[in-house]
Amino acid sequence: MIYLKLLWIFFKIGLFSIGGGYAMLPLINSELVAYGLMNQAEVADIVAISQITPGPFAVNAATFAGVKTAGVFGGLVSTVAVALPSLIIATLLAKYFFKFEDNVIVRRAMWGLRPVVTGLIAAAAAVMALPALLGVGSVSAIQWSALLSGIDIPSIIIALVSGFAIIKLKASPILIILAAGVLGVVLFGVIGI
Amino acid sequence: MNKKVSLWRIFLTMFKVGALTFGGGYAMVPLFRAEYVERYGWITDEDMLNMIALSQSIPGAIAINCSVLVGYKLRKLKGALVAVAGSVLPSLITLTIVTYLYEAVRDNVYVAGALRGIRAAVVALLVSAFLSFMKPFYKDVLAVAAFSLAFLLSFILDINSIYLIIGGIVFGIALGFLRIKKSTQGGGESS
Repeated sequence: MIYLKLLWIFFKIGLFSIGGGYAMLPLINSELVAYGLMNQAEVADIVAISQITPGPFAVNAATFAGVKTAGVFGGLVSTVAVALPSLIIATLLAKYFFKFEDNVIVRRAMWGLRPVVTGLIAAAAAVMALPALLGVGSVSAIQWSALLSGIDIPSIIIALVSGFAIIKLKASPILIILAAGVLGVVLFGVIGI
Repeated sequence: MNKKVSLWRIFLTMFKVGALTFGGGYAMVPLFRAEYVERYGWITDEDMLNMIALSQSIPGAIAINCSVLVGYKLRKLKGALVAVAGSVLPSLITLTIVTYLYEAVRDNVYVAGALRGIRAAVVALLVSAFLSFMKPFYKDVLAVAAFSLAFLLSFILDINSIYLIIGGIVFGIALGFLRIKKSTQGGGESS
């Protein structure tokens, strides 16, 4: 039965993808193609589509693959399945973590983790800045001599204004995202910069 | 203090965060922080960094794991369920629609334009989030060193986050012991 198949595949994908995001792509690829549910080109569509839709990649991939192969109910089953391992594991973790949060070893471990996680957030900002502002795919793809030609000035202005709005004006990120979306439609869609 | 956070509120805030997170992974951090830390004060910056660290070390999408953790912290199992439902629902709805309209949406200049604007803004939001998280560490040389090392290893060398997380745990515990030896007062670390 297709629903059970989807449930099993996406439960596995949810369970074995540590690190989230595109880390699950190889697994999604091998599972869906191996079960004959999708072909390579459709899996590539998953990536393209999850870039233009909100939410985590894993959830987007699950819904897309589910709807595509078994309709709306298939999408629902796949989505629940992909979130289920997180729900179980994170709930168990939460149960014990919040109990031992004040334990001295746990506190020290978390003290060491916080700057590391902050570094990861900064790295995420940098990784996103490359394509969004500089037109470069990744660090390894940077060509210093051609760096200037890829610079996206309107996007940089949007980023600077957003930064000013959130840091100086204390504007809500939700408002900023909505405003940036509208500005993007006008600048890049209507005017066509 | 968290006893009376309503389940509906948890659902609604997670729904908002889920609906406006473009770019996956850490893109949800600024939105999550704006709602949970700044607007409602249900958790602190420290709680949030702890939750991101935990989310990063277990299977699954970071956004989902974070929503389970915060939901559980606020309202135990019920909170976790409601939070996951809220964070997944926007994706579920949009993807279901977009799957049928894929051809039309993919090449649409307005959609592409909106996303180009949003991506630029998300960079700024992430920068502002990490600056806020940095505040307690500014004066601590070792914490700044750990931050810089994690940033460089992740960004330049693309080292898997899980190794950096393990490194952070070892660093924190080892440093705790060293500081106790030095001061003999114990608990020298900032809490």
